[in-house]
Amino acid sequence: MLQRTDHLTKRYGIPDGFTLTRYLADGGYVQARRALSMTREELVNECKAANLRGRGGAGFPMGVKWSFMAPTVAPGRPHYLVINADEGEPGTFKDRSMMEGDPHATVEGCIIGCRAIGAHVAYIYVRDELHLAKDRLWAAIREAKAKGFLGAKPFGVDYAVEVYVHSGAGAYICGEETSLLNSLEGRRGEPRLKPPFPAQAGAFGMPTTVNNLESIATVPALMRLGGDNFSKISSLHPKEGGSRLYGVSGHVNTPGIFECAVGLTLRELIYDLGGGVKGGELLAVIPGGSSTPILRADELVEAPNESHPLHAWHGMSVLDVPMGVETFRGLGTMLGTCCATVLSDKACPVLAMHNLMRFYRHESCGQCTPCREGSGWLERLLDTIVAGNGTMDDLNRLHEVANSIMGNTICAFGEGTAMPALGFLKKFRREFEEYIRTGGRSSTNRLALAQPAAE
Amino acid sequence: MAFQLTPEREQELAEIFARYPNKMAACLPLLHLAQEQHGWVSDEVVTWVAEKLDVSTAHVFGVATFYSLYHTHPVGKHHVWVCRTLSCALHGADDIVKHCEKRLGIHVGETTADGAVTLHTAECLASCGTAPMMQIDREYHENLTLAKVDVLLDRLRKS
Ligand SMILES: Cc1cc2nc3c(=O)[nH]c(=O)nc-3n(C[C@H](O)[C@H](O)[C@H](O)COP(=O)(O)O)c2cc1C
Ligand code: FES
Repeated sequence: MLQRTDHLTKRYGIPDGFTLTRYLADGGYVQARRALSMTREELVNECKAANLRGRGGAGFPMGVKWSFMAPTVAPGRPHYLVINADEGEPGTFKDRSMMEGDPHATVEGCIIGCRAIGAHVAYIYVRDELHLAKDRLWAAIREAKAKGFLGAKPFGVDYAVEVYVHSGAGAYICGEETSLLNSLEGRRGEPRLKPPFPAQAGAFGMPTTVNNLESIATVPALMRLGGDNFSKISSLHPKEGGSRLYGVSGHVNTPGIFECAVGLTLRELIYDLGGGVKGGELLAVIPGGSSTPILRADELVEAPNESHPLHAWHGMSVLDVPMGVETFRGLGTMLGTCCATVLSDKACPVLAMHNLMRFYRHESCGQCTPCREGSGWLERLLDTIVAGNGTMDDLNRLHEVANSIMGNTICAFGEGTAMPALGFLKKFRREFEEYIRTGGRSSTNRLALAQPAAE
Repeated sequence: MAFQLTPEREQELAEIFARYPNKMAACLPLLHLAQEQHGWVSDEVVTWVAEKLDVSTAHVFGVATFYSLYHTHPVGKHHVWVCRTLSCALHGADDIVKHCEKRLGIHVGETTADGAVTLHTAECLASCGTAPMMQIDREYHENLTLAKVDVLLDRLRKS
């Protein structure tokens, strides 16, 4: 259901929207002050009541994640809050908009988050390229500190909180939480085996919570409204609560970030918010970042069984299913980051897959053999097909290679590569066969609608 | 010659170390700081960082080579990064890359003969809604057209 909200985006686009003055005028930091007089349990319960699912991609319930942290801080085992703003998942550009547009919400969220998990230090890990975002965050931290909202006694309360920005250095894998922790510690950003999970041994070996940037920046809003009221904004309440950022890019007329109540449909995102498909008809959409398997525009929901969670949408277009963590899992894809990439029928799906597999080969950290070798193999097979020299054997080999990455790697990068690969092959089997038969000559064989000059 | 920070940058060191519970965590920030001054991460920079952190040069070199934004070879004064990932490719990123190559007279990965500009491709820079885009040094340039690219590149060559 399309319902625009402005709990997170009220200050977006306002010339001084990122300043403390503006944030305070809108009631900013009231919740942080209140949080410091609340117990950890009260804060965790508030977050649980909000039914906030993590916004980083996996959709894990945030309140539950907070509750994994040891209830008392053991001597010599400080807790850490780490915020994931590595934002590298292709198609995703929402966290950047928050850091640039409203950095104080993140800083306030960090104060509340620290209190909720018993931490005194929060690190915001921002990918290096986002210089404006980092500058805005640092400026917000300095402003908050000068006002006495951070430091040894925030708001005069004896509960020290410090927030620091930590810059990445150009590696998609550092968005994976354990890789991010290694990177924060000054190491190569290679993922760690789990267990131990970060709540047991995270940053510097200490109990750590990793929250996505949008997740933490949403916390002041959920506190302001109250967890229960916040949850009820969503049409998927109580499964998934609140409002969140939706993004749309690719072949649409008005790409951008839009804040809506949870439960928006892809049709609403593409047509009502994205202004409709540019330059043709809708071919397909990648729902939430490149690791989420692609959906075809002509796909219908297949859920004849009454016990199927999607039975209510049986026979309807996949575009009309509310976007939720569970509903999209039911569709055989994932909600991911909620930032959709739209392909018109003027775009070639073979080239789209080639583009993404090149990305994964480039970004594999190289630690696990199936991922390092498999991602390169996928790209080379597609190189051959795109060069017009592919065979049906190559098509089968793509399946085999993708399947042999799946489940055989330390982190979820492997699945993040194999699942979209298998998705493309399954949904566009006919197009791939046609491409191979004709050496690409009878297909659209481009991605862009026109030269950028002509746009 | 051994690497040394300028006095202004030297002042930042204490503040950086104070953020973390141990020295090694300052590895990425120190590499950034040194590269900002030196332009790239030379053997001397690696040695300097290793000494500051009390870790081996092998560790620092391992870190420097893992991340794509540390340059372990001399590079141009300015960096042009053209995003080539899907949302940008759907808006003509390939044409932008080719245009930059032609205009600068170099291939991706190379530096102009005058040492002014190094051209790179980048993976998704979280600017997909304003594709196609490129980053020049610290700045993002979005909703590019070939004409806009010309203006930006000309400005770079002159500076
Ligand atoms: C390859 C890979 C890349 C990821 N990139 C990001 C990212 O850029 N930002 C992010 O918040 N989470 C990313 N994640 C998910 C994180 O591991 C983690 O689940 C998330 O930060 C938790 O935050 P949340 O619970 O608030 O969603 C990535 C995961 C994988 C496997
Ligand atoms: S694809 Fe170019 S910024 Fe995301």
